[in-house]
Amino acid sequence: MRRLWIGLTVAVFGLLLVVPVVRIAMGAFGDGWQGFANGLARPETLHALYLTGLIVVIVTLVNTLFGVMLSLYLVRATWLGRRLKQLLNSVVDLPFAVSPVIGGFMIVLLLGPETALGSLLGRAGINVVYALPGMIIATLFVTFPLIVREVMPVLQEIGSAQEEAASTLGANAWTTFWRVTWPSIRWSVVYGVVLTVARALGEFGAVLVVSGNILFRTQTATTLVYQDVENFNLIAANSIALVLAAGSVTLLLLMEWAKSRREVH
Amino acid sequence: MSSMLQGRWWSWGFRSAVMLYFVLLIIFPILGIYGQSLSSGWLAFVDNVTEPLAWKAVLLTIKLALVATLINAFVGTMSAWVLIRYKFPGRKLLNSLVDLPFALPTAVAGLMILLLLGPRSFIGEWADRLGFTILFHQPAIVIAMVFVTFPFVIRAVQPLLEEMDASEEEAAYTLGATKASTFWKIVLPNMLPGILSGAMLAFSRALAEFGAVVLVAGNIPGKTLIASVYIFGEIESDNTIGATAVSVLLLTFSFLILWTINYVQMRRKNG
Repeated sequence: MRRLWIGLTVAVFGLLLVVPVVRIAMGAFGDGWQGFANGLARPETLHALYLTGLIVVIVTLVNTLFGVMLSLYLVRATWLGRRLKQLLNSVVDLPFAVSPVIGGFMIVLLLGPETALGSLLGRAGINVVYALPGMIIATLFVTFPLIVREVMPVLQEIGSAQEEAASTLGANAWTTFWRVTWPSIRWSVVYGVVLTVARALGEFGAVLVVSGNILFRTQTATTLVYQDVENFNLIAANSIALVLAAGSVTLLLLMEWAKSRREVH
Repeated sequence: MSSMLQGRWWSWGFRSAVMLYFVLLIIFPILGIYGQSLSSGWLAFVDNVTEPLAWKAVLLTIKLALVATLINAFVGTMSAWVLIRYKFPGRKLLNSLVDLPFALPTAVAGLMILLLLGPRSFIGEWADRLGFTILFHQPAIVIAMVFVTFPFVIRAVQPLLEEMDASEEEAAYTLGATKASTFWKIVLPNMLPGILSGAMLAFSRALAEFGAVVLVAGNIPGKTLIASVYIFGEIESDNTIGATAVSVLLLTFSFLILWTINYVQMRRKNG
């Protein structure tokens, strides 16, 4: 019995998780090392990777800042009513339930060139949709809950006694946060950040809709993979996918590390 | 005094900035899409929502997501059980592999499945010889959904198994229960909340999935055209009204599931 279950689990993991990754690697080197290098050295690949990197950095910075602050408010703030906090708390999860395509579509509906807001911004020289700002907003939307969901439970668990003690002893809000709160939420924030980076790096649906997937302008790594597949350029698609998968595996290792640190502290 | 006043200004500024960001980024767009769907009147809305193609796409998505969820409920429970209860070489490795689908870009996942099931692949040929095709048909969509939602049930069941009190099981054995009846009567009921909440999360994620599915799904309405791909097609062909209608249908459904999950979890915490 025991052998059967272990065997079955190993088989599922192998077939579902390991074989596909190996298959991508084989596909990337289908024409040898040269094909892989050619797929990656194309100017459109380099531009797409650069754009993805830029979006990841901006989105992670913004959502870390706002995510940590919002978690603090939702758990600690006395200026928000209990009911309102509960309502906001359930709203935080909404992006999880929104299909990425719909997430992108919402931004097009609100800020697209034909809308009132969009044409106003367009006249001011700012294009949101089919340009970088829209792609950043879409990724911000999709990754918003990740950090909040990691940090809030920890804040609830540690309670506010220590923070209150600190402020009774005369520490200001800033010192209390850095000396008392931060050390206990630090590893959860790191874990949330890694999740955010992974999601931002891999975001596809929302970005595809908002960006219009314009070559050299709004094409990201994932949308380029999609386009290469559509154009039957499988070796190039595999090469980029392999780079992205390597990034994911690195992030996975970071996740494990952050998780183990979190359990210690 | 002035420093206190400054502090208050600062915190007031922070509060408004965070709340404004939250409202503008999350609440505003969602209200926007509902507003848009009603912008040409209630009748037009009903007309668009009851469009047969739209309904077919949504129903198909629900059906396939259900199949994927059932598969994951079974496989996930089994994997969680094996990873917690048995010690064997490679267990740690498998345990860290669980999160791979979360870390991997969904477009890459779609490409993987495309390669794995394609006509020239081993599985594709084998299925061909048996007389059916997987790629661009429903099985491929289900496999993509299973892959993307794989971690949910495992990650929900594992903590429950870890916390489970061994004494209940031991008592059952002492009283002469067989392994099977101990499992059905003691272990499974303990895992059930995790299986259910994990399955609900997996279901809502499968409903929303686009990246992994778009590369392997076909375009036949009612057969292989799922909601997110349908919406994408409508957006591409500038049919805002059609895209909005299906979006609202799918969104409402997903929100209902999300709130059910939250409600169940709250009840469990309080009760």
